[in-house]
Amino acid sequence: MTEEKKTIKKDPESPLIILPDPKELIVSTSPHLHNGGSVKKIMYIVILALLPSCAAGVYFFGIDALRVLLLCTIFCVALEVIWCKCAGKKQTWSDGSAIITGLLLGMNLSAGVPWWLCLVGAMLAIILGKQLFGGLGYNPFNPALVARVGLLIGFPKLMTTWVVPKKFSYMMNPDAGFVNTDQLEKLKSVGESIIPFNANIEGLTCATPLSIAKGADSFQHITSPEAIQNYFWGNVGGCIGETSVAFLLLGAVILLAFKLIRWQVPLAYIGTVAIITFILNKVDPSLTPGPIFHIVAGGLVIGAFFMATDMVTSPMTKKGAFIFGIGCGIITTAIRIWGSYPEGVSFSILFMNALTPLIDRYSGGKPFGYIKKKKN
Amino acid sequence: MSCNNHIFFKGGVHPNEGKELSCSNAIQDAPLLDKYTVILHQHIGAPPKLIVQKGDEVKKGQLLAEAGGFVSAPVHSPTSGTVSAMLEISGPMGLKMSAVEITSDGKDEWKLPFNKIEEWDSAEPKDLKQRVADAGIVGMGGAAFPTSVKLSPPSGKKIDTLILNGAECEPYLTADHRVMLESSDAVLEGAAILAKILDVKNIYIGIENNKPDAIETLSRKAGHYGIKVQQLRVRYPQGAEKQLIYALTGRKVPAGGLPMDVGCVVQNISTAVPVKEAVVDAKPLIERVTTVTGESVVNPGNWRFRLGTPVSKALELAGGVKYQPGKVILGGPMMGFSQKNLDATIMKNTSGLLLLDKDDVSQFSSESCIRCGKCVDACPMNLLPGTLSVAAENEVWDIAEDYFVMDCMECGCCSYVCPAHRPLVQHFKRAKAEINAKRKR
Repeated sequence: MTEEKKTIKKDPESPLIILPDPKELIVSTSPHLHNGGSVKKIMYIVILALLPSCAAGVYFFGIDALRVLLLCTIFCVALEVIWCKCAGKKQTWSDGSAIITGLLLGMNLSAGVPWWLCLVGAMLAIILGKQLFGGLGYNPFNPALVARVGLLIGFPKLMTTWVVPKKFSYMMNPDAGFVNTDQLEKLKSVGESIIPFNANIEGLTCATPLSIAKGADSFQHITSPEAIQNYFWGNVGGCIGETSVAFLLLGAVILLAFKLIRWQVPLAYIGTVAIITFILNKVDPSLTPGPIFHIVAGGLVIGAFFMATDMVTSPMTKKGAFIFGIGCGIITTAIRIWGSYPEGVSFSILFMNALTPLIDRYSGGKPFGYIKKKKN
Repeated sequence: MSCNNHIFFKGGVHPNEGKELSCSNAIQDAPLLDKYTVILHQHIGAPPKLIVQKGDEVKKGQLLAEAGGFVSAPVHSPTSGTVSAMLEISGPMGLKMSAVEITSDGKDEWKLPFNKIEEWDSAEPKDLKQRVADAGIVGMGGAAFPTSVKLSPPSGKKIDTLILNGAECEPYLTADHRVMLESSDAVLEGAAILAKILDVKNIYIGIENNKPDAIETLSRKAGHYGIKVQQLRVRYPQGAEKQLIYALTGRKVPAGGLPMDVGCVVQNISTAVPVKEAVVDAKPLIERVTTVTGESVVNPGNWRFRLGTPVSKALELAGGVKYQPGKVILGGPMMGFSQKNLDATIMKNTSGLLLLDKDDVSQFSSESCIRCGKCVDACPMNLLPGTLSVAAENEVWDIAEDYFVMDCMECGCCSYVCPAHRPLVQHFKRAKAEINAKRKR
């Protein structure tokens, strides 16, 4: 543009008045201004917000976590490129949405999964979850969650085998239930810290706090202050990206600062889980641990800030976002306490995704000065 | 003087104001041109009937075309001279429009078509209203709805409030601002005349608080006329009729309704000046203040142009351009019309002539909606623009109607914030036209 400005810049000596050349005028409908935002910018800020918790995952689960994250991202982008090529569509991978799907998928897997599971997950996410519906903007379900749930149902063993985190010493209490006696022996031989290592080779696995809570009579060990503190920083068995609440919140601050997510979703989601578990824990302490455990253990924080807030699959209105969050919270708690899976975040978000059009229809869009029409 | 911060409409956007380019430049009278091309149909409603012929001699202020119905407005000659041609020129919206070419005789001789009503306070309201109609006064803010019609509410509607819209919420435009500063007496007297016609005691002038000098000037003198000057928060579209009424009175115009449904009449602040001139000075509406601005304009400013001044001549007055702009717009950047050439002429509702740089011009694409909801937050009418645009894209007009597309006022906030650069307003304009056509059938 600056070139053009120069080419007809008038000679200051000349008295000639230059008028615009009508042939070069752009004609379009109003408005003629734009705030400069773009889909690409949104997506790359989201990627930036995901990186802290990815880094935390790599720190706690080692080089294997990096391998899984990279594989998922590369597979997702590659599949998007291949799909667009085959379908004869404009290439869309550079908008960043496939990178987000890949990262989220990786963050939702254990660091110990084999490469082919990443590929199957990427296929489920990009092809089944997104492109079959028409690509970005048209998918009714969060693609990364479609993949996670698909894999969980198809490969339950691989999807629930968890790598031992870097600083496992607090898990060594045999009564706590994090590791069984075989693993305990192995861990003792490893020493203090086990990074970097290859989970597949070492065969070191542990249980997640939520799976221990499922069917436990007492939650004393898994809700000890030391354990809660470790969960908060991410030093606990689980998916690569879900464990570090601290770094997820760092990313959440980025999302909120750029107004890329509706705060109503995480607030309503986490709030609902907290309130229900608080009440249930007070009524019957042996039924479920208290709210703090439910927030920091498991995938609630990543779900509430990064998955439930997915623009495409969550409601567009503020009121709708609130309803959406409450629905997610109720279903998550119900599955965690009474369901057959220890974790309910993925299922609850997918279920509420399906309700999103309905929520949008009835939660907003009543125009300024709306008067209810009388039925004839 | 209080800022009505407690009542505030939802949504809206904050574009870069760009008013600093021209807001401190006093209004200049545009010099007399050799030729004026006066478009006949300058208002909403029935086209006026031409009453002059080619070759006729006309005086300044002489009737060229008379009102063609109740909702219509006459057009007067901008100067003295000869009717030299009957033309079809492309108007601001790109459609061909009939126009009369007046070749000036250089004398600029008035022939006042009316008598002066200096003692308007004791005049009959209906005579004053007739004068407003005869002077060809229409809403000068953009819609160009004949003012006299707005002053004639049906018998069932009780009007108790007159609002003068000095918000000037469109970025870049400063014409109303300068008029309020430099013609404050005429503005206030015109407002008082309008209130007299309507027989109302509540008179508000709403001004966005980015114009503190105008607020100060007007509120100093407004007390004499019993007029209340109110500050408004700066946010586009603060000057939209329904949002303005809500901010000033707390009343909500019902969807699909008009301001008179809540007892209000809204007039643009610049409309008050010709009302005063028509009544007190017996002058018809033949000129208006227009902002000529843009980064590429050599000398941006505000001019008092005769109606019928070609866009090219107006630009020459502002020194032309420093470089090729991306768009030439009649009106403001949010709701104005981009021009395909410089043939259109200044009309009664031309508040601005804006040149936008290529880098600033929004480019639309048909990327798919990612449902981010930014348009929902920005929509001052509380609609779901994203959902609506998908319905319009797929031409399912009944769904668009179900989602209240008819309440859209085309303010452009949604398109302004859309990260997918979707042409939302264009979709809604089309949907509204389709639905209106269907309703007529």
